[in-house]
Amino acid sequence: MKPFDFQRADRLEHAAQLCADEGTRAIAGGTNLIDLMKLQVETPQTLVDIHRLPLGRIDDTDDGGLRIGALATNTATAVHERVRREYPLLARAILAGASQQLRNKATTGGNLCQRTRCYYFTNIDQPCNKREPGSGCGALKGVARLHAVLGTSDECIATYPGDMAVAMAALGAVVEIADAKGHTRNVPVRDFHCLPGDTPWRDNVLEDGEIITAVILPPPVAGRQLYRKVRERSSYAFAMVSVAAIVALEDGRFTRADLAFGGLAHKPWQDPRLSALLLGKEPSAKLFDEAADVLLDGAQSYGENAYKIPLARRTLTAVLAEATGMEL
Amino acid sequence: MPITINSQTYDLPEDNRVTLLDFLRHDLGLPGTKKGCDHGQCGACTVLVDGMRINSCLSLAAMHDGDHITTIEGLGTPAAPSKLQQAFVEHDGYQCGYCTPGQICSATAMLQEIANGWPSDASDSLEGPMVVSGAEIRERMSGNLCRCGAYANIVAAIEDVAAAEDAA
Repeated sequence: MKPFDFQRADRLEHAAQLCADEGTRAIAGGTNLIDLMKLQVETPQTLVDIHRLPLGRIDDTDDGGLRIGALATNTATAVHERVRREYPLLARAILAGASQQLRNKATTGGNLCQRTRCYYFTNIDQPCNKREPGSGCGALKGVARLHAVLGTSDECIATYPGDMAVAMAALGAVVEIADAKGHTRNVPVRDFHCLPGDTPWRDNVLEDGEIITAVILPPPVAGRQLYRKVRERSSYAFAMVSVAAIVALEDGRFTRADLAFGGLAHKPWQDPRLSALLLGKEPSAKLFDEAADVLLDGAQSYGENAYKIPLARRTLTAVLAEATGMEL
Repeated sequence: MPITINSQTYDLPEDNRVTLLDFLRHDLGLPGTKKGCDHGQCGACTVLVDGMRINSCLSLAAMHDGDHITTIEGLGTPAAPSKLQQAFVEHDGYQCGYCTPGQICSATAMLQEIANGWPSDASDSLEGPMVVSGAEIRERMSGNLCRCGAYANIVAAIEDVAAAEDAA
């Protein structure tokens, strides 16, 4: 690990001021950042320890939603009584990720900001436009088993690796962000992460000097909530494909179909055309197939990850069938 | 603020790069906690921080000022082993033994998590009651790898302790 200055922030504004420097990283749980520092993928000049800032609470909001503090651990969120009862999708997504040891340390804000597990990104001997802009993308014609099939660019085909944010995207959650001047802004989770385009080093919309303070869940909605994660072993592995779904039917027709997908793109993937297609229609194998056509319209594979396109189709179909009680 | 490890207090290391794992092993001479992968994948370095299990390899010692850490040395001694330590011996819950301290620290916290009613990915219901089944133990212990493959005996040891606590 490269030497760094270590500062403890006791106030949010102080932390944000310190983080305004490009070479500074905030550290909370550290489960991803320390790993990347050991690999010298991350070489911050200064680490700002924010883990004792008072951002760990999970509180009801006035409108009946839930405000999950940026420093609430993944465990605290997954076991929270209201999360389990009213947002089971989120509890399921968190529990499907990592190990208990990691979830005990990992925080809400850190989980949103976790970096890709692309093998080329984490190996400093390999080219990677995300880690070293302009060096090329090793995965494009290399080992790409876990890589993206939607929203890719010639610069980067990495995936966003997390589960929590996929559920939050489907739930319509909002990221609350503060800066050093005490200003806050809210960004929907669906707009928080970026597609790689020609700026693949940019994972999300956070600017230098901004710190996530919370994720706000809207009031719970009626419907069936499901999170299905397909992976190479049944525990402690990243998603090849995951589907988060909130589905409701009335009189046998879709009245809600909020869907988000993990493992397919550089961000939790959502496509407004899906709910537009499904709403008002009766569930059927044919309809689910049409939904998969919409989802995968424009999908592009890179050798080893070609399996993801049929896998996404089947996983979406299975989730819609389970959510609507259909036997396929 | 100092750090408390197995009821003894220590000053934090001067080098802020030192992980909690290296601090325990190299600075304090507590080699029970093991370094396996050093990347949070194998769980050999599992310790308890205020009762919660974490990977000590992915945590800076400097960030544990004021925390209470329990390592395998703090759970029991050869003369007075903890119930899990005793059960691992009785069930042969290891072969080479390198992952064992992490397995036992992890299992110690896991039984408390189940007692708390916390669900896992293997739980049918998120709201309980939580059961100690083989499937639950395998899922909840998935952050601890055993390259010798002593999993069957590790699960048996944990089941034994859970059953004894249930009967108590």
